[in-house]
Amino acid sequence: MVSWTEKDPIVSIKDVHKSFGALEVLKGVSLDVMKGEVICIIGPSGSGKSTLIRCINALNDIQGGSIHVRGIDLTDPHLNKLELRKKVGMVFQQYNLFPHKTAIENVMMAPLLVLKENEDEVRARARDLMKKVRLEEKENAYPGELSGGQQQRVAIARSLAMSPDVMLFDEVTAALDPETVKEVLVTIKDLAQDGMTCILVTHEMGFAREIADHIYFTDNGVIVEHGPPETFFTSAKDPRTKEFLSQIL
Amino acid sequence: MAIRPSHPIQKTPTDLPVLKPFQVAPPAFASASHWLANLPPYTSILLFLPLLIWPFASHAAGEFTMLNAFEALLTWIPFLFASGFLFNVLISLFSMLFGTLAGAVLGLGQISKIGPIRRASWFFTQLFRNSPWLVILFIVLLALPFEFVIFGVIITVPDWMKAVFGLSLPIMANISEIVRGAVLSVPTAQWEAAESLAFSRQQILWRIILPQCFKRMIPPWMNWYAILTMATPLCSLLGVEEIITLSRQAMEAENNHPELLVPFYSFALGMFFLYCYPIARLTIRLERKYAVKL
Repeated sequence: MVSWTEKDPIVSIKDVHKSFGALEVLKGVSLDVMKGEVICIIGPSGSGKSTLIRCINALNDIQGGSIHVRGIDLTDPHLNKLELRKKVGMVFQQYNLFPHKTAIENVMMAPLLVLKENEDEVRARARDLMKKVRLEEKENAYPGELSGGQQQRVAIARSLAMSPDVMLFDEVTAALDPETVKEVLVTIKDLAQDGMTCILVTHEMGFAREIADHIYFTDNGVIVEHGPPETFFTSAKDPRTKEFLSQIL
Repeated sequence: MAIRPSHPIQKTPTDLPVLKPFQVAPPAFASASHWLANLPPYTSILLFLPLLIWPFASHAAGEFTMLNAFEALLTWIPFLFASGFLFNVLISLFSMLFGTLAGAVLGLGQISKIGPIRRASWFFTQLFRNSPWLVILFIVLLALPFEFVIFGVIITVPDWMKAVFGLSLPIMANISEIVRGAVLSVPTAQWEAAESLAFSRQQILWRIILPQCFKRMIPPWMNWYAILTMATPLCSLLGVEEIITLSRQAMEAENNHPELLVPFYSFALGMFFLYCYPIARLTIRLERKYAVKL
């Protein structure tokens, strides 16, 4: 473990390059996230937002630059991916719950099998988390019996059960019905208010404006513009940002 | 079933991509079971029909009539069933057991992260999937010694054990493909979700992927069991005393009258049909039940 203190960024991304074959998706992206910060990454489809946050828990590897999470160097060839992923939770657009397990089993699985924790303690914690995402009455439902919004909240609880230091949200409301989007956003907001470090890729501009400490706008593999939400949404300077915002807002 | 447009198709030429009416293809696996299960149940009666009409259709010149042939069959039936057909079933069960165990290992080998293991598993799978079963059986029979000496103790290997070994090889290869296909049928998103929860590769495979695709493997697995059972008479060529070998011996004991051939072989045919037909029907039912819902 490399020395890391609370004064250093918990996630530090420096000049990251990522290609899929001949297609360069990230062309030198840098950003820092401090502990407890909530940052939102916005931008048009195909601009590399999702690829970027998938690099943070090593689901994608990078070809250039560096990423450090809590001082762990992700470009280290001897990187212990499992140790890294214990500290970084991720929630996906398509929820990806395990369909053969009930909601609470989904939440309990990783702490039991990965952290080898005591079952009673894990169950108690899983119950608390199910309550936190307001699904305590759906504990024994299978994913197929839950709505999209409910599944997504179970997925959030499942990631939280590992007590991660950083949570990654990859367009988590993009697959949801408009009326269920809100319940998921409220859950994330609660989480942010509890001081969880969150990195969100999102298309929900109003939500980003409300909860983000910092907004990054990416286009074509680079960060075009960034800043705190007030200045970002009211006085964007780059023409690409302006055009994007004018289409969305 | 074809999907038909509910309104007349306009014949205006267009270069826009058009979705043409298409045929929904049945799943590629379990085709033998499909064929068998689609036979109407009265097929079994039809199979025994030669037994019934043969006496009237052929007028034997000799004094040995078809009725005599029938009487001969009736006296042999308990023996042919108990010592013959049940032995075929036993061979099929053992072959299936070993073939399944080895096939599961080989199938997991095919998705191994370790290159040499993956390539070797692929090679043996393809080798035994694409070889005639009879050739495999002959090679096993001739290549394996008829006895082993372990610590000075001589252990003789009966021919039927060699047959079990020989039949389990193609089963192994086909089960290997079933396992590989089933694992690959689980969406990669499940792997990613589990990876991001810090599960190890082994945990992902055993705790998340295999439990999800286990049911999907059952229908094709049963299909191969039915095919295997129907292939067990091949063992008669190796001298294994199963139903066909015993039928031939019984006919010899009855002085090899040609009138015996149809009743005796029809009996064998009927036994296999009665055994395999319910398996095929069950396979189709499970296949529908466990079909991947998209």
